[in-house]
Amino acid sequence: MRAADLTTAVVLFLLAGVVLADALRLGIGWGTDGPKSGFFPFWLAVVGMVTCAVIAAQAARRRAKGTFVTREQARPVLKVLGPAAALVLAMQFVGLYVAAGVYIGLYMHWIGRHAWWLVALLSVAIPVITFVIFERWFLVPMPKGPLEDWLGY
Amino acid sequence: MGIEDLLLGFQVAVTPHNIVVAILGVGLGTIIGVLPGLGGANGVAILLPLTFTMPPTSAIILLTSIYWGALFGGAITSILFNIPGEPWSVATTFDGYPLAQQGQGGQALTAAFTSSFVGAFFSIVLITFFAAPLAEIALKFGPPDFFAIQLLTFSSFVGLGGGNPLKSLVSIVFGFMLASVGLDIVTGQLRLTFGVTDLMKGFDFIVAVIGLFGIGEILLSVEEGLRFQGARTGMKLSVVFDTWKILPRYWRTFVRGSFIGFWMGFKPGGATPASFMSYAFAKRFSRNPERFGKGELEGVVAPETAAHAAGVAAMLPMITLGIPGSPTAAVMLGGLIIWGLQPGPMLFVEQREFVWGLIASMYTGNIIGVAMVLAFVPFFAAILRIPFAILTPVIVVVCAVGAYAVHNAMIDIWYMLLFGVVGYVFKKLDYPLAPLVLALVLGDLAENALRQSLIMSQGSLEIFFTRPIAAVITGLAILFFALPVITPWWRSRRAGVAPPSA
Repeated sequence: MRAADLTTAVVLFLLAGVVLADALRLGIGWGTDGPKSGFFPFWLAVVGMVTCAVIAAQAARRRAKGTFVTREQARPVLKVLGPAAALVLAMQFVGLYVAAGVYIGLYMHWIGRHAWWLVALLSVAIPVITFVIFERWFLVPMPKGPLEDWLGY
Repeated sequence: MGIEDLLLGFQVAVTPHNIVVAILGVGLGTIIGVLPGLGGANGVAILLPLTFTMPPTSAIILLTSIYWGALFGGAITSILFNIPGEPWSVATTFDGYPLAQQGQGGQALTAAFTSSFVGAFFSIVLITFFAAPLAEIALKFGPPDFFAIQLLTFSSFVGLGGGNPLKSLVSIVFGFMLASVGLDIVTGQLRLTFGVTDLMKGFDFIVAVIGLFGIGEILLSVEEGLRFQGARTGMKLSVVFDTWKILPRYWRTFVRGSFIGFWMGFKPGGATPASFMSYAFAKRFSRNPERFGKGELEGVVAPETAAHAAGVAAMLPMITLGIPGSPTAAVMLGGLIIWGLQPGPMLFVEQREFVWGLIASMYTGNIIGVAMVLAFVPFFAAILRIPFAILTPVIVVVCAVGAYAVHNAMIDIWYMLLFGVVGYVFKKLDYPLAPLVLALVLGDLAENALRQSLIMSQGSLEIFFTRPIAAVITGLAILFFALPVITPWWRSRRAGVAPPSA
């Protein structure tokens, strides 16, 4: 837990540093008609850096207590995060509906070991229902791929 | 003013169309509240794009109904599954889950829904009477006063939020930083984009909410294994009526919870401390405090009354001042801006039908809500019995759809994943997420109020102390910011110099 706390504080400190640098580039003083663009971000960055430094110091002084995430906890988390990332990646090439169908199907098969007919049914039905609700009823377009092109959407 | 306005509101809210909208909203909201990974804030965020084509009044009724439904739904998961869907449902699990395990789930649920309703109703009545006068006062506010209120908003997270005040401060600061990415509308300069085109649009708070509260929550909840487990319940009408016969016994707890909830709730981040405070008070004043935590009905009544009163009270600053009291209210505020309404006191002048329709719909929405959840608890509880491997991918897809729909941009879905990981890490390390979201929503408003104030004063910060309203509020804000330093000092002083006699 201590290492994670320290790392997060340091990362946030560095991010605040990046903000500080850009604020200085934009100018933090008084422009022709009021504070310059960098004024507000500058003070945010200053407060952020000081606070993160104190948090890091607190974390460093404290004795290590518990682990941030155990191996047993990390595995299910990654089993959710990994496929989700794959889904988003696939979406860029085949569109949301096809990617969602494949993702739901594979997930049900891999994690849930559901019967093949249920897998097939839901991995077709859920994207189709989503399609009807969003594209037809509410006219909100989603990313589409070759299949939708071929079907004429 | 007053009754006539409310009647006007009911004429807007009680049309067949808006009643159907409210029923749909409560139903959807309860499902959202029951589903792990979906809660009030991101449920509303996901559905926000669907309201762009609706009339604003129906849209806000839909979103608020979802909010009420989600509040009720949160009680179902807390009691039957020991999973608090929202931080303010944590206290409900203390006695709700033991009751469910003892086969008293129906009783606990009835008590929770009834308490929620009582708490909410109390707050709605207060909103009805206080909203218009408050808005009238707020009409006289200038930029320095508004900035002072923003300061107060965020100081209360630091001073009263509990947890590590420094981490609350970090969350606030990074929320504001995220808000400042992109085009600076005052000077026309690009900020924090570093030449990257995708950063020019900035970060949308809806995407952040979906990631932080949706994906982050799922990641956190699966740590204990890829499944959800719960107690079974039989919900019969006789159980409801039997519980209603017992409940009047706890009228003191109802009154106390409502007041605590309203008082804490109209300040941001108030619902969670309100629920715990109400629980603690109920336990202290109870004749049998030893039964708390083991399945005492009063231990369900107390936090639920306060949490729901606070959840409703969070709407008061949103409609009168344009400053949301909770992440969900923040998302609704974003909705107002998208629908072309200017949040803040001018709403009461320019959009009377909208405001009073909204207030009237709080009455109808909560009545519909309590009736629906009491009637359909078995159905809502059955949702959590859908196998994990089906529910999780569907929720992830729904989140992705919601994130994409905001701007039709693929990059937003990547941001959603990123915010999911950030949410997971922040939650584990006790960085609060609510102040980050609020800062992201209010970023531009706060910065503009600050800049305009400084322009008025030629760059002097004195303006926040010389105007009477701003001075009082700024003073209070500084006190709240200093509380984490003052409190330990005060305690040690009292303990050292004069031992407390009480």
